[in-house]
This record gives sequence, structure tokens and C-alpha cells, in this order.
Amino acid sequence: MITFNINDTEVQAEPGWTVLETARQYEIEIPTLCYHEAVSSSGACRLCMVELKDGSWSKLVASCIYPVAEGINVYTETERVKNVRRWVFEMLLAQCPASGEIKQLAAKHGVESTRFSIKDPDEECMVCGLCTRACEEIVGLSAISMVDRGVHKKIGAPFSRPTEVCVACGCCVTICPTGAMRSRIDAVRGIPKITLTPLAV
Amino acid sequence: MFNGNVALKTEVNRLNSHTDLNDFRQQILDSYDPDRPEILVCHGTGCIANGSVELTQALKKACQTMGVDAKIMPGIKSTGCQGLCSKGPLVHIKPHGLFYQRVKAKNAEEIIQKTIIENKPVKHLLYKDPQTGELFHKEEDIPFYKKQKRYVLKNIGKIDPTRIEDKIAVGGYQALAKALTTMTPEQVVEQITKSGLRGRGGAGFPTGRKWQGALKAIEKKGRPVYVVVNGDEGDPGAFMDCAIMEGDPHAVLEGLILGAYALGAEMGYLYIRAEYPIAIKHLQIAMEQAKAYGLLGENILGSDFCFNAQINRGAGAFVCGESTALFTSIEGKAGNPRPKYVRSVEEGLWGRPTVLNNVETWANVPMIVENGADWYANIGVPKSTGTKVFCLVGKVNNVGLVEVPMGTPLAEIVENIGGGLPGGAPFKAVQTGGPSGGCIPYHLKDLPVDFDSLTKAGAMMGSGAMIVMDDRDCVVDVARYFLRFLEEESCGKCLPCRLGLSRMREILDNFSHGCGEEKDIDDLMGLAQAIQDGALCALGSSAPNPCLTTIKFFKDEYIAHVRDQKCPAGVCKDLITYSIDPEACTGCMSCSRQCPQGCISGEKKKPHAIDESACIRCGICMETCKFKAVIVR
Ligand SMILES: Cc1cc2nc3c(=O)[nH]c(=O)nc-3n(C[C@H](O)[C@H](O)[C@H](O)COP(=O)(O)O)c2cc1C
Ligand code: SF4
Ligand code: SF4
Ligand code: SF4
Ligand code: FES
Ligand code: FES
Repeated sequence: MITFNINDTEVQAEPGWTVLETARQYEIEIPTLCYHEAVSSSGACRLCMVELKDGSWSKLVASCIYPVAEGINVYTETERVKNVRRWVFEMLLAQCPASGEIKQLAAKHGVESTRFSIKDPDEECMVCGLCTRACEEIVGLSAISMVDRGVHKKIGAPFSRPTEVCVACGCCVTICPTGAMRSRIDAVRGIPKITLTPLAV
Repeated sequence: MFNGNVALKTEVNRLNSHTDLNDFRQQILDSYDPDRPEILVCHGTGCIANGSVELTQALKKACQTMGVDAKIMPGIKSTGCQGLCSKGPLVHIKPHGLFYQRVKAKNAEEIIQKTIIENKPVKHLLYKDPQTGELFHKEEDIPFYKKQKRYVLKNIGKIDPTRIEDKIAVGGYQALAKALTTMTPEQVVEQITKSGLRGRGGAGFPTGRKWQGALKAIEKKGRPVYVVVNGDEGDPGAFMDCAIMEGDPHAVLEGLILGAYALGAEMGYLYIRAEYPIAIKHLQIAMEQAKAYGLLGENILGSDFCFNAQINRGAGAFVCGESTALFTSIEGKAGNPRPKYVRSVEEGLWGRPTVLNNVETWANVPMIVENGADWYANIGVPKSTGTKVFCLVGKVNNVGLVEVPMGTPLAEIVENIGGGLPGGAPFKAVQTGGPSGGCIPYHLKDLPVDFDSLTKAGAMMGSGAMIVMDDRDCVVDVARYFLRFLEEESCGKCLPCRLGLSRMREILDNFSHGCGEEKDIDDLMGLAQAIQDGALCALGSSAPNPCLTTIKFFKDEYIAHVRDQKCPAGVCKDLITYSIDPEACTGCMSCSRQCPQGCISGEKKKPHAIDESACIRCGICMETCKFKAVIVR
């Protein structure tokens, strides 16, 4: 067992756990978007940042990938932590304004508006990559992936065309934290060609 | 030193001991004829661009056609960057010790006639001090060189980097031979630790501590361990690593081999930016030659120690210089930073203990091993030992490659070595550390340039680019430039960097268009803090530095943009107007002839005027006017 502190309260964790896993165990709230226990962590959204302190030294780390260690002091609600969160939420509100899920989570953390301009009012996807990780790690296929890099990064099937590889399992839709995959799945698996005859009652 | 035009051995013999190496060195030195001239032509990137390849051909041709006596037939050598790039192509002539600048192919015959045949200098090719007009014959007397301390650059420009014999003649591989015959691997690590050497790739991490960390990891996990050269240099304005790899590739290689010996590595990688084909070629040649002489590969210098290395071409992205992205790139995957919180000495290439060091860091290793840690620790200042190579660029007279002891005051570098600014005005600021670094204002001109002083000032050493700015450089524009660069280079993995850098740049765009507000400056600082704290790798977390340091030191200029809608430096086009001072205008008409808009009117010998509504603020009139009558506000 590893013993350390979160918000000045002593907690215990199994070796190999992350700070986030421990916090969840103790029902300490840390917001996350790109994290899901079913797939590997990518540390992409940076909403789960927490502050480590040791005397006058301090540093922010992503709790979803930071491994626990004996005696560390973790703080989840410091000014620096809240500053990162607030700006990440504001940027998300401008980047994927159509996502109700993001609006809700942001509002829960006190961010209801953004000072940034909105480029595409219909955008929902935040490019967190949970869907591609689910497809690869849970379903065992890689029907969708990240294409392009940097600011142009987006998710989709190769060449942005429907792909045979997709088995339409819906795993990506379930895991997507923003609801973006709902409207994207048709572009990945293709729109079913057969029309179903309604069941006779 | 060594003429290089004497064929030494047709058949290469492996060197199997320190004695073999010394004998071979003596043989090279004995073949040297001190009376025979040697012409060293700079083939660094800058000089090649200015025509040094054509010059070399012309020199060779002139030697043939002009009937030069066989006894004084000069050896003509291509060297790496000789340093004073802005005065290239540079030529160095031995044994006369003459230094010629701005040499063109058309000067070839004159050089052969006057200097080689008649033993006289070609006066108009000598370096002339721009301020005093004094003529200099020798490189070592020119202030630019005189005030430097060249250790890493010692051989660059003096040897032909494609001939290992040249390198051996000046003492190459002596450090390796010393280590293999008189030192244990632990002693090598100890010397590096004691020397105080810190990584030259940017962060200044103590190299000895890194190596010790790797040894600890090896204790836990066993071998293999890898040693890696970071030659991905991608900062705008930086070319020191390029110059070292091109001009003295064996220094990097010898350093790497010593590191491999110290850590017990059998394999090493040189990750070099694909845009550096000459560096890649020279290192390739260096490795082949070292292998042929038994200095690389199996049983190095006849010992039990075996080590191989290979070159990997960089994937062409700035972020691939980041350690974990570099490893994923060598492993054949997309070069993205890894999100894990593990140190690369423990889990680097293929999850193995790995030591990654910068090109210049590796190039420092042989001299430490050869001369001892104490000798090295005496150079520089206590917490930043040794020297640092800088690329001095921007608004400075002597653009080029400069090496000074750590702790040298900024003004010494810019004003004395760099020769100050064209026109003699004081500099406004110096950007160190490239896009991750910061702007140091003139009032800190006495700041010692070492790792800790720069960090304290909010800038950083970075890789060593030094961009000098004058009062015609706008700090908002500079901050925008670096943000735009990193915005394009962001790998896009983490959100603060992928979205945050564009948002910072958008705020600055607004400033330059005159539509910012004072409170936006606070927003900018808050967002910058969030990116510094939140980004996954150092590309993102250091990206706000240029913006933050310019706000810190030039807040007035930011306020002028947002409150008064003015750009004091006269750069942001939306915020400036050009006008003509009727007192100073002589009515020469040159501006009205040059103006692309035709919006300058006025009769000959009468004051002219600009029609502001048609002016596109290109600034051509201002450049054209000889009487400083055009004013920008
Ligand atoms: C975005 C980014 C780019 C980098 N580029 C380089 C580079 O081109 N060359 C280099 O030596 N180090 C670069 N670094 C630093 C390396 O990650 C690493 O710290 C360095 O190579 C370690 O060597 P040193 O200890 O000898 O400095 C970069 C870091 C970041 C975050
Ligand atoms: S579709 Fe959903 S899960 Fe996939 S990257 Fe976009 S937001 Fe993330
Ligand atoms: S900070 Fe930028 S470059 Fe580094 S991982 Fe994040 S997005 Fe990629
Ligand atoms: S700034 Fe350009 S367009 Fe304006 S008056 Fe001068 S030359 Fe003409
Ligand atoms: S939840 Fe940790 S970075 Fe996204
Ligand atoms: S390239 Fe010739 S002096 Fe730098």
C-alpha cells in the first residue's frame, strides 16, 4: 500500500494506481474528459490537472497518468489548477459549442461563457481520441484514427470515406464524452442500404 | 597544420592501440610540409550560399592555369563554418595566416598571383573594421574572433571534416584512447559529473547526473542501454549544431563513443534533421572512416569495447527534438511526445535506459576526458561551466557563429563580438532560446549569459540562437511570430497547446490590428499560465515565454497598441501612418518615383506629401529617402 495526501487528507493506493484512480476511490471530484477506465490514458485534455507541492516547490501534473508515490502531497482545487481548468473549458466551449455534454461539465465547474470566438457552431468533437482508442483497444479494430496533426488534427476513417473495417458496434459512440461520435458514425460505417420492413404486430 | 594533399595510405590499417594512434598521428604530421601553402575555403551553409563552391573551383583552375611552382602548389580544402558568416565567403591561407572575406570566384587568380606566388596580401579582401577602418591581416586579431574562446569550435574551419586524418592530426580520438587505456567507465562518468557540464539542448540538465541516472536504471533493468545524439535543431535562427556536425563530425562521434564506453552501450543513434544533408553526409563519412581505423565498431582500438552507431533522419517536425517524440520517431512511429511521467534515462528508446544528449553536449565530452574535469570546470562560471556556442543573428553587424565562456555579459557578445548594430544604435532586446526563450531588454545588457541568469530573467538558454533586435522591431510582432511558428509545430495531442497557442496568437493579432483592450493583456497572461501549467510537453509549456517576457519588459509597448492604437516601432501596419517632414524634404522626388501606389505628390525641389488614404504602408518611401524626411508614427 502506498500512503499519500490529497487535499491534506491521507489516502492509500495500490502500487501502480494513478492519482486519479485513488481520488475516485475516495470520491474526490476531479473533472476529466479524455479519460476512460476501459482504455489506456492519453493525457490529452489536461482537465484533470492537479498540483503537487513539496515545501515551496510545486508542479502541475495530469492525474489520469500520474502514478502514485509514497508521501506526495496532491491538491485538486488550487488557483493554478482552477486556472488551467477554466481556460480549458473556455477553449472547449468555443471549439465544440454544439456539445451539450461539455456545456454541462463546464457549467458544473462554474464556466458558462467563453471569451473566444466560435469558428464552427456545429462542432462537437474535441479530438480527445477516446473513440479511436476504444476502437483499437476494446473492439480490436482500427476503423477510425487521428488524421493530420497539430491544429488540423481530426478523427475519422481513412480518406474520410466509409470503411468496411467498421463493424458498427457503437463502442465509439458510447465512449465519446462530447456526443460527437453520434453524428459521425454514419460517415464511418456508411448509411445502411437495406430498409427494414416494420415488424407485424 | 596538415596539408591533406599527400596520400598517406592506400590501404587503411586498423589502429589497435594508443601507440598505433600516436604513430599514425606522427606519420601524418611528418608528411606535412610547412612551406607549402594551404587555402581553406569555408563551406558552411552561409558561405556556400554566397558562392564558395564556385570559388573553390576557380582557385583550383587558377592553380593549374597560372603555372604555380610545384613546391608552392597550395592544398585547397573545404572546411566547415569559419564563423563570420555575414562576411562570407571566407578564406584562410596558411602558412601566411591571412584571413580574406567576401571572396568571390573572380578574386581567385589575384589570390594565387599575389599571395601564393608573390607572398603578399590582397589588401581589398582583408577585413576592415567598420568603425575604425583598421585593416586586419589575421583572423586572431579581428575583434570578432579575438574576444571569443573557441573550444568546441576549435577545429571547425581549420580541418577538412571529411578526412579523419585531419582530425587525428589535431588530436582527434586522443580522449578515447586515454579513456580506453587509463580510465574505467566509472571514472569517465565521474569526470563528466565533476566537470559540471550541463546539457546544451536547452534545459541545461547536468550531464553527469543524467549518466548516473542511466547507470542506476541499468542496475535495476540491466542492459542494453542506448546513447543518442539529438541533432534535430529546429529553432528559427539556430545553426550551431549544424555547424558542429558539418565542420567537426568526429568531435560528436568521439563524444558519443566515450559516452557509450562510460555507460556500457553497444548501440547508438544519431538523430539528425533531414534538412541537414551535409551534416548527415559528413557524419556518415566520419563513421565509415572511424570504423575503417578501428575507432568504431568491434574491439575499438584493440580493446574489448565494441560499439556501433547509426544515423536516423529526423521526421521534419520541430517537436521531434523533444526527447520522447524523438524516441518514438526512431522507433518508427509518428514522432509525438509520450504522456508518461517516466524519465527517459529509465525508459527511453524501446523502453530501455537511454542517454540522450545534444550535439554540442557530446562535442564537449572529448575535451573534458582529455584535459580533465578540473580544467573544464575552470572555464565559465561555477554553476554553468565551459563555453556555449551561439548563433548571433538579426540586427547585428557580425552575423555568425560565436563561442564564449558561460557567464559572458550579453553586451560583450552583442557589442564587442557582434560589432554592435548597423548604424551604431544600442540594441532594443535580444531574444535568446528561440521560440521557447525570452526577450532580454537593453537595460539588462550586463546580464551574464549562463543557464541560471537567463532563466531568472524569464528567458532561457535554449539551444543558443541569439536574435538581436532594434527599435524598429515590434515586441507584439515578435511574440506573434514565435507563437505562429509553434502553433504550426504543435503535435496537437494536448488541448492547451493545440487550442491555446492559436488563441494567444489571435489575441496578439487583435493587438496588432488595433482592436485589443487593456484587459486582454491580463487574459493573455492568464491563458499563458494555463498553457505553461497544462501542456503535456515542453513545446507547449515553454511556448508562452516570448510573449510573457515581452509583456514583462515592454508593457508600455503593449499598452500603446491597445490603448492608443499605436505601434511605437512602426511595424504593425494597421496602427501606423507615413508622412513627410516638410522641413527635411528636399523635393528630390525619389520617394514619389518608388511609391507603388503613386500616392506621393509634390513638385521638384518642393516638399512632398503622402495621401494617407491610398498609402498601403509598405515603407518603401522611408527606405528610399536619403534625407530621413519620411516619418512613421
Ligand atoms: C519542442 C522541443 C524541441 C526540442 N528540440 C531540441 C533539439 O532540436 N535539439 C536538442 O538537442 N534538444 C532539443 N530539445 C531538448 C530535448 O528534449 C532534450 O532535453 C535534449 O536533447 C537533452 O540533451 P542535453 O541534456 O544534452 O541538452 C527540444 C525540446 C523540446 C520540448
Ligand atoms: S468523436 Fe468523441 S471520442 Fe472521438 S475524438 Fe471526438 S470527442 Fe473524442
Ligand atoms: S504541448 Fe503541444 S507539442 Fe507537446 S504534446 Fe501537447 S500538443 Fe503536442
Ligand atoms: S509607405 Fe509605401 S504606399 Fe505609403 S507612401 Fe510610402 S511608398 Fe507609398
Ligand atoms: S483526463 Fe487526464 S488529461 Fe484528459
Ligand atoms: S558559413 Fe562560412 S563563415 Fe559561417
